[in-house]
Amino acid sequence: MKSIYFDNAATTKVDDKVLETMLPYFAEKYGNASSQHLKGQEAKIALEKSRKIIAKSIGAKSSEIYFTSGGTESNNFALKGLFSNNKKNHILTTKIEHDCILNTCKWLETKGAKVTYLDVDKEGFVNLNELERAITDKTIVVSVIHGNNEIGTIQNLEAIGKICKKKNVLFHTDACQSFTKVPINVEKQNLDLVTLNSHKIHGPKGVGALYIREGTKITPLLHGGGHERKLRSSTENVSGIVGFAKAVKVSKSEYVDKMIKLRDKLIDRILKIPNVKLNGPKENRLCNNVNISFNNVEGEAVGGYLEQKGIFTSTGSACISHSLEPSHVLKAIGLSPAQSNSSLRITISKYTTDDEVDYFLKVLPGIIKKLRRISPLK
Amino acid sequence: MSLEYSKKVMQNFLYPKNMGEIKNPDGVGKIGNPVCGDIMWVYIKVANDKKGKKIIKDIKFKTFGCVAAIATSSMITQLAKGKTLEEAEKITKKDISESLKGLPAIKMHCSNMASAALKLAIEDYEEREKRSSSNTKGTQVLFIFFIF
Repeated sequence: MKSIYFDNAATTKVDDKVLETMLPYFAEKYGNASSQHLKGQEAKIALEKSRKIIAKSIGAKSSEIYFTSGGTESNNFALKGLFSNNKKNHILTTKIEHDCILNTCKWLETKGAKVTYLDVDKEGFVNLNELERAITDKTIVVSVIHGNNEIGTIQNLEAIGKICKKKNVLFHTDACQSFTKVPINVEKQNLDLVTLNSHKIHGPKGVGALYIREGTKITPLLHGGGHERKLRSSTENVSGIVGFAKAVKVSKSEYVDKMIKLRDKLIDRILKIPNVKLNGPKENRLCNNVNISFNNVEGEAVGGYLEQKGIFTSTGSACISHSLEPSHVLKAIGLSPAQSNSSLRITISKYTTDDEVDYFLKVLPGIIKKLRRISPLK
Repeated sequence: MSLEYSKKVMQNFLYPKNMGEIKNPDGVGKIGNPVCGDIMWVYIKVANDKKGKKIIKDIKFKTFGCVAAIATSSMITQLAKGKTLEEAEKITKKDISESLKGLPAIKMHCSNMASAALKLAIEDYEEREKRSSSNTKGTQVLFIFFIF
């Protein structure tokens, strides 16, 4: 049975080279990076080498990288940490953030934060004028997702960064999906905090980082032994961090070019099926993201038939969410609940082949046809 | 799938039974689920059995919905086919989910929807029956209404 993994926005396969780099850190170089002895120092050296690689990849200093357990923790750390250390109380974000930003904001609202959730346009872009107008003298931070995990929209960080600099507010971005796919430079884009993670870029799960610009006042999320320059206690996940850094090192712009070609082939060919709609933009879109609504059929059902053919995808349908509500991102770009329920997300990776794309394109029209025959909607 | 579906659910989803519509049905039940947006239509054809009891002679469905919605539609049609109207009306969401060897908790509302759609189809049939038996009266009412 075929196994075609088209859910790379959820997580990715660990690169062989990454795994190989990690292995010695389990049973040989297993020291605690805080230990003074040789075993500990061995781990410490690996840790700092990894930090340097990650810092360099976003134009930051090593001392500005704080390792965490992943994207969710980094996003929680950024917003909760800034809010707790500030007299101001306003957070400016968008309606298309990942749940870990939105739910952190909702929680912070119960602690006295005022949060503005900016609308986005039909393709998922933030309106820069609106963003500028929404900044008040109480604003602590502007937090905008770089590459959207559902519809692939890539925000113009440089333009937002300029506004934040002009208005003298902090700028945070969740770059989990865009990291290694879209250039990030903390100076050029005037970023004060950046959320990064490993398992979306062919690294291991359970590891991520938060870039925090030097001098930023922030309270730790985890209190303890004072690891990570007192901002993130917990014995460092050395094997994970080494793998994370290796994943950054093996990423190449050629992979991005390859994915763009396959993505556009998928989009062009799927749009030939009658009554379908591309969700998200054609330009400034993550190289690995395709999101389509198929009128009158339900996304989970499409996914179910695709799975039968060995293809793994995802949907923004209410049917798979625990709240039974359709995706908030698709709602924010103006989709009706029915259109959201009809959505299918296909996210490819550097490992995706032409043959896999062709096979998918071969089986998809028949599945849509069959489900449309079952559907009472015309 | 993101949810654990039984083999029976997957069979009914991938190869649904009684899918389609009945031309000139005796009753149609149309239901939309406000919770998740699913839509289910059930068509029935009614006939008398040997004992003169009214039975569901044929039943078909059309569904816009997820794996569970399609599977429960397929299952209700199989459970109801050949049953007397009285028996068919008594099919519960529990009967459906048990016949499917269980449904994830979050999908139980799908089986509810299927039994409700069938009940609506039977009600529709009974309404039509009433109307046709008092056809003349009905026309009169309509006529008066138009003059008014």
